[in-house]
Amino acid sequence: MAVDAGFLNLELLALSPPGWGGVLLQGFAASLQIAVGGFSLGLLIGIAGAFGKLYGGPILRDLLEIYTTIIRAVPELVLILLLYYAGSDAVNAVLGLAGLPRVDISGLAAGIFVIGVVQGAYQTEVLRGAIKAIPPGQIEAARAYGMSPFKTLRRITLPAMLPYAIPGLSNLWLIATKDTALLAVVGFSELTLVTRQAAGSTKAYMLFFCAAGVLYLTLTLVSNRIISIIERRARRGIAGPV
Amino acid sequence: MSETKVTMPAYVPPPPRRLLEPHRIFLIAVFGVIVGCAIYFLRWDWLPKYQSKLIYGIGETLFLLFSTAAAGFLLALPLGLVQVTGPWPLAAIARGFCTLIRGTPLLLQLWLLYYGLGSVFAQYPEIRQSMFWPYLRQAWPYGFTALMLSFAAYEGEVMRGAFAGVPRGELEAARAFGMSRFTMFRRIWLPRAIYRALPTLSGETVLQLKATPLVATITVVDAYAIISRVRQDTYLTYEPLLLLALIYMCLTGILVLLFRLLENRIPSRGT
Repeated sequence: MAVDAGFLNLELLALSPPGWGGVLLQGFAASLQIAVGGFSLGLLIGIAGAFGKLYGGPILRDLLEIYTTIIRAVPELVLILLLYYAGSDAVNAVLGLAGLPRVDISGLAAGIFVIGVVQGAYQTEVLRGAIKAIPPGQIEAARAYGMSPFKTLRRITLPAMLPYAIPGLSNLWLIATKDTALLAVVGFSELTLVTRQAAGSTKAYMLFFCAAGVLYLTLTLVSNRIISIIERRARRGIAGPV
Repeated sequence: MSETKVTMPAYVPPPPRRLLEPHRIFLIAVFGVIVGCAIYFLRWDWLPKYQSKLIYGIGETLFLLFSTAAAGFLLALPLGLVQVTGPWPLAAIARGFCTLIRGTPLLLQLWLLYYGLGSVFAQYPEIRQSMFWPYLRQAWPYGFTALMLSFAAYEGEVMRGAFAGVPRGELEAARAFGMSRFTMFRRIWLPRAIYRALPTLSGETVLQLKATPLVATITVVDAYAIISRVRQDTYLTYEPLLLLALIYMCLTGILVLLFRLLENRIPSRGT
């Protein structure tokens, strides 16, 4: 039986240069950076968007509605291509107006921007639902204590919405980690693209794709464990499942 | 003691928002101007040349969507059922499958199947000479399999919840009527579970539509692949992508509308 020469050749995964393990781990680190950055940017957009949708004027509300609807209706792959080119063109246009030379946008920044804009639309919806789920008495109480709106936000609204938001946010975090794989299509060397290059040059396709799968799966399982700890902590003092 | 009566103001529901409020007319006008500028200033002269190909690509995308969703749904039923009632080895396998697929990116699964499995198949002369080889040489069986498995895993989780959520009393009533296990499953358990899963099914189908362009990376020709070719041929960056985004938005809108019609046909009292 003709066994694939490189199929179970684990030496290919060695960390030092003849093996590709180190390259794979670097790609994994790049994926993680983008996922964390994109998710955080999305969180900022999401908080602002949720407050805009709940308390903003009619025009702001409609604009945010358009933003979330478009982002959620168009495939991530298409959005990534569009935002990738539009983002770097926009930066260069602004630089051009200021009379500065063009710059090449680093793949990392572009990736974080793209994932962040996509995540922002989904997180807006999750956070809006979570803020609406806060018992209104808690916010009224904060106002009665004379807290300023910002202090109410920081001390009451954000912590109180956390238990309602965590299930949705944890799903979005897992989506963010997997969406980073799409950046392989625009040529950013994250885990999936690096894996494909390693597989292509050694012909050990199965080995490398399985190894990358194990890395992604580990990330998911570890994330799940951490999320359940955070959730238990955010939910302390709340009776029963929400 | 003062006798001021504290009364709560009655709850007045906010007036229903009409579609055409003044600010919306303004916004529509602004968007009209933007769309007009896009049509006037951007280049669309390539459109007639690629029109027929594009329609073919959209057809392929829709075919891929519905075939994988249907096959994936059929696979999701046993995946969900086994996790609720099955013997533990089967339940563990089903849970492991769902975790595995949901924990890794679809793009990676797709490339694993196409490049990985494809290259392994090519090494065995037994497979190369079998009647399946003409199919296994092409890309679409791998794309179909990856999309189907992904839909099955996500929908399997939904069906698990749906099967578990059917009220016990209804199943006990069916048993008290003397239904056999299979009749009970066919008449009570399955329909009730599908009703419960229907709202999430529409969301999952939209997600599946948004996953289909990935198959273009393994040379399956769908709407996205056609647009990529237009971009390579014409060196245009934005116009084809904008058109593609518009196409997907229309498809999503139609899908959501269809599912809403389907949901309205199903009596929802008491669910």
